[in-house]
Amino acid sequence: MSVITKPPRQLEIADDVSNQPAVCAHCGLAVPDSLVDSGSSDQFCCQGCRTAYQLIYECGLQAFYAMAEQSAAASFAGRDSAKRFEHVDTPSFISTFGQTHENGVGEIRFALEGIHCAACVWLIEKLPQILPAVLEARVNWSKRTVDVRWQLADIKLSRVVQTLAELGYYPHPLRAGAQHQQAIVENRRQLIRLAVAGAAAGNNMLIAAALYLGMFQHMAASVEMLLRWSSCLVGLVSLLWPGQVFLRGAIAAIRTRTPHMDLPVALGLSVGGVAGLLHTISGRGEIYFDSLSVLVFLLLLGRWIQYRQQCRAADAIEMLHQLTPHMTRKLVDGEFVETPIDLIDQGDILEVRAGETIPVDGQLQVGDTSVDEAILTGESTPRIIRPGDAVSAGTLNLQDVIRVQALAVGSATRIARIVGLVEQSQRQKPQLVQWADRIGGYFVGIVIVLAVTVLSAWLLVEPSQAVDRAVALLIVACPCALALATPLAISVALGRAAQRRILDKTGTLTQGKMRMVDWIGDERYKPAVAAIEQTSSHPAAVAIHSGLRGEFAGSKDSFLQLSATDVSQSDAGGIRGCVAGEQFLLGSQTFLAKNQIAITDRFHPAAKAMIDKSLTPIFVAVNGQVVAVAAVGDALRPDAKKSVQALQQSGWQVGILSGDQPQIVKNIGAQLEIDPDRCWGGLLPEDKVAIVQRSAQAGTVVMVGDGVNDSAALAAATVGIATHNGAEASLQAAPVYLGQPGLAGVLELIDASRSTMRAIRRNFAASLAYNIIGVGLAAAGWINPLVAAVLMPLSSLTVVSLSLTTRTFSRKRP
Amino acid sequence: MSVLFIALPIALILAGVAIVAFVCSVRGGQFDDLETPPRRILFDDVEKKG
Repeated sequence: MSVITKPPRQLEIADDVSNQPAVCAHCGLAVPDSLVDSGSSDQFCCQGCRTAYQLIYECGLQAFYAMAEQSAAASFAGRDSAKRFEHVDTPSFISTFGQTHENGVGEIRFALEGIHCAACVWLIEKLPQILPAVLEARVNWSKRTVDVRWQLADIKLSRVVQTLAELGYYPHPLRAGAQHQQAIVENRRQLIRLAVAGAAAGNNMLIAAALYLGMFQHMAASVEMLLRWSSCLVGLVSLLWPGQVFLRGAIAAIRTRTPHMDLPVALGLSVGGVAGLLHTISGRGEIYFDSLSVLVFLLLLGRWIQYRQQCRAADAIEMLHQLTPHMTRKLVDGEFVETPIDLIDQGDILEVRAGETIPVDGQLQVGDTSVDEAILTGESTPRIIRPGDAVSAGTLNLQDVIRVQALAVGSATRIARIVGLVEQSQRQKPQLVQWADRIGGYFVGIVIVLAVTVLSAWLLVEPSQAVDRAVALLIVACPCALALATPLAISVALGRAAQRRILDKTGTLTQGKMRMVDWIGDERYKPAVAAIEQTSSHPAAVAIHSGLRGEFAGSKDSFLQLSATDVSQSDAGGIRGCVAGEQFLLGSQTFLAKNQIAITDRFHPAAKAMIDKSLTPIFVAVNGQVVAVAAVGDALRPDAKKSVQALQQSGWQVGILSGDQPQIVKNIGAQLEIDPDRCWGGLLPEDKVAIVQRSAQAGTVVMVGDGVNDSAALAAATVGIATHNGAEASLQAAPVYLGQPGLAGVLELIDASRSTMRAIRRNFAASLAYNIIGVGLAAAGWINPLVAAVLMPLSSLTVVSLSLTTRTFSRKRP
Repeated sequence: MSVLFIALPIALILAGVAIVAFVCSVRGGQFDDLETPPRRILFDDVEKKG
């Protein structure tokens, strides 16, 4: 079952089935004679293929087959050999990544590439049908993982892995770590708490409604007793089970002597609970259990929303860990053996193929190649490396098979240290939440002082009422709304942001990738050039190929028929090849000069204009004559100029910090009309931090950056805004993660953050106002259970509705 | 109003049963992944047809 060696599809098989071997219309394998259906034009090798084929046609997705043929060869090249997967059968692999049970069943979790739709889930979960010794395959759609259980004795894990890869879902082993288990347990705990608190709150409100109505209708004493005891029972369940979390938080806060929002909440809950219980037993006075239950529920709800946001961030960090590969090939007795990365030691020799990510920090031993280090340096142009040069984990080997000696592995690598920094910053609470916690601390002090004052004042006036008044004050002052205010406002803003696609992907000023920008000269040679460039992984070649491919999107046939022969790549920055009998040379000016090809006057001005625009000219020569020149470069984002101007108009000083060549940065700056004195090029990450810190002394600095190399500077700035580029998960270092293309999002974000802050301030004001009114009423002795029951949910509801009605991202985009 | 003496305990017991059922389903992992099962539910029908 191999996708790679697929013969061309035969759609008209029916007439000559006997002459040609029938080919499965879905997977392209030969169909066994017994299954050949001479009455049908489509043949299938198995029921699974027939079902998949029918499903695809029923959904009108038959274009899948055309696309699959094109991409199969490219995406699975070098991945087909069964040998490649042999390493997973070693006991060390299974014990590292999975587990075995005593009854002979193994269990392992893989992260899968390429899960896109429900049909993928269906296909993967049919694994037990394809391989009967596999007991179960369960997909987790949101995490893109699969849990496989299989009979250890009946099938090798390598066969399972190979089958998954052949199905098109390339598996990566995942550690079934304690962390993951912990997350599941925590999620379950929160859900149960929320449900119990919700049920208690709902039931208690019903009971309370009966009680309040009874106040006006003279309920029988026995019925009132029943209602009070029921309310007490339900309230105690709510306080002692889900409400425990606040009490624990408060105790921890007292122990560590750090102010925390849990403190005033726990104070209100416990005083209310004890007072309510005593009043229930004595049969007189107010019971507060309805309000307390609702309070617990609303606070837990706010907390749960916040927890979900944190989970999403944690998933992002999980992805950061995936930046380096799990498996590598280690040299053992003259042969390269697939080995889990955890079993690599310092000094081991590893083989890295072209297109693979380098797994360790190390030294290049054998091979000449170029590496894409954008993730570490932000430099978009690949660096050429020779034996003896250092290579870093997480960077991409672009050209050649290389051998690397491992010098730093795992958590000692540079990328792992950066991930560690990001994790650390992730753990710190947002400044706003810290601020709310500090307020919580003061709040307790003020409330206790007030309660004591009220108690002593009433002791002088009317001693019998004093304790009740003080207790009422403590309960009413419980800052439910205050505790809800911040997480809600932030969550709502984030939710809105997600809706406005501010959490997606992009680069900042330029597109971030090499692109073919221009083509001057003979158009006829475009298909041939594309055919030659297709064979190379050099960034310029990739740029030209994908650019031309885009142009020919409408007429793929003529484009695909051409194939290049005798292709060879040169060190001097060029490539040569034959198409349809004509000799092509593609490359830089120096490459052509080496091959004694002169650039004619016709192309000189064009090439110069390209260099002025900081683009790289790539010349096309056919049979010794230059016929065209293509411009390759990192083009400006279309909206960059407008956004920079808008920022400048609203009073910001805009500058560029870049690791690129200073001249390129100056050119880009000139195009954007940015003061050349503020266009810094050739900067190391440390230099960026220095410049940001220097500017920060003069005022607020907003740093917009796009990757791991910027993370330190992002953290140093007053506001760091990360935009997406390449390393999807590397962005948590910045407090804000911007994903909308370009800088236009920054404008929107500045507006949005202002209105979020306004919303938070309004929330604080509203909840404080409610508390002050409540405290005033309680101190005066005017509070009764009904007023308390109305006032407390009302304050929470106000905060919720204020948060929801904030028009955070309502500004129309330009 | 004396019906409350029977109805209210029954209501609370029912609520308790619901909570127990929910807790069981959460502990059984039914809420761990809320996105895959709604997709999985479609599969069996398609398979029978094939």
